[in-house]
Amino acid sequence: MWRRRTGGARRSPEAVRAEPAEVAEPVQPAEPPALTIDALGRKCPIPIIMLAERINQVATGGVVAVLADDPAAFTDVPAWCRLKSHEHVGSYELPHGGWSIHVRRNY
Amino acid sequence: MAYLDAASTEPLHPAARDALLAAIDAGWADPARLYGTARRAQMLLERARAEVAELIGARPDEVSFTSSGTQAVHLGVLGTLAGRRRAGTRLVASAVEHSSVLHAGALHEGGGGEMEIVGVSRTGRVDADAFAEAVARPGAALACLQTANHEVGTLQPVEEAARACREAGVPLLVDAAQSAGRLPLPEGWSVLTASAHKWGGPAGVGVLAVRKGVRWRSPLPEDERERRRVPGFENVPAIVAAAAALRARAEEAEAEGRRLSALVDRIRAEVPRLVPDVEVVGDPVLRLPHLVTFSCLYVEGEALLTELDKAGFAVSSGSSCTASTLRPSHVLEAMGVLTHGNVRVSLPRGVSEDDIDRFLAVLPDIVRRIRSSLGVH
Repeated sequence: MWRRRTGGARRSPEAVRAEPAEVAEPVQPAEPPALTIDALGRKCPIPIIMLAERINQVATGGVVAVLADDPAAFTDVPAWCRLKSHEHVGSYELPHGGWSIHVRRNY
Repeated sequence: MAYLDAASTEPLHPAARDALLAAIDAGWADPARLYGTARRAQMLLERARAEVAELIGARPDEVSFTSSGTQAVHLGVLGTLAGRRRAGTRLVASAVEHSSVLHAGALHEGGGGEMEIVGVSRTGRVDADAFAEAVARPGAALACLQTANHEVGTLQPVEEAARACREAGVPLLVDAAQSAGRLPLPEGWSVLTASAHKWGGPAGVGVLAVRKGVRWRSPLPEDERERRRVPGFENVPAIVAAAAALRARAEEAEAEGRRLSALVDRIRAEVPRLVPDVEVVGDPVLRLPHLVTFSCLYVEGEALLTELDKAGFAVSSGSSCTASTLRPSHVLEAMGVLTHGNVRVSLPRGVSEDDIDRFLAVLPDIVRRIRSSLGVH
């Protein structure tokens, strides 16, 4: 039993879990975050609100890590980056579930 | 109450209501029996079948009635896979199909089959080349593609998919639930499914059409009803009403579709102008005439639905907090668009322009209030 995903805008969290070999991002982030926001256990849109409130605490070009385990955050943080013209650096799985979602402040 | 959730279910069409009331008296007997009242029920059933067949571009003997659109999809997917077992075991489907397609695929996987999911663009349109490639690879047993997406309204490239399927010799199941009765149906399908309550017929009637020559084997125990495709006693009065509604909608579709589409254009243009931090999702042009979806940043979908309900508007949402699964909609996820603060507005036949004016008037303040309750100003 296997499942292959072909093309498309986005991978679902399940797809990432099911096929770690196909995830584009490396397992470890290349650049350590300047700020980590712990939104574990918080439901969307709270993680996004926390990110929007605090992104300006890092310098332009700096990276913020959002720790979140609401599946909606996996899609919504990158979508927020696109809408707000910040950069989604990558989403890295956390050992106990959820992701560390890295965002670069662009302006 | 302004009802703006036609994509969940369209209110009963007046033509369907009249037909239903008449058929409850005339068509209650068992259409499989041979006495007068039974023959009358059978005649009503076959007349409805012929009418639906003509409207969807099929032969009457290709059309069966099911108990729902979901059942039509389940039988269409599993029956075609069963009939094609020797040809292959791989089911190809877009990432944004209705859950009935994906759940039937999951059952197929559970039985040792395979499912290949083809991704979509940011607007929710399937990648036609990737779809064609997936269908052409050896082992494809069936491909599934909706005519239009149920959550964001984007039309799918069904005719291109049908061409690719024809070349590869793979049957194509087209799920027409959202567009039947609203837009002309595409050609080139092998199996077509639809749901009467989405076009203004009563609930409890689905359509399963299987083209002559397509191999299909029932995944259920044998039953002689509906050409051995669908088990159980037919709901003749509801089927008669469904056919009447489809006929009436087909006649109105062009003019009413144009009117609804202009209202949707207005919502698409006005919502981002009136409400800050909103993303309107789905294709702006290649879309259903009556459906528009947008997501509001920093807003909980459930709160938005509750407040809109209080203000007298019935809408739906693909946000996770409004779903029993606590997962956001797989459609919004596959598109990579915001899943929270999501609202789907789908206009029923005859909706008044005043309702849309009022919706646009109350929305900005509702969003502002919810945001400020979360500390966002």
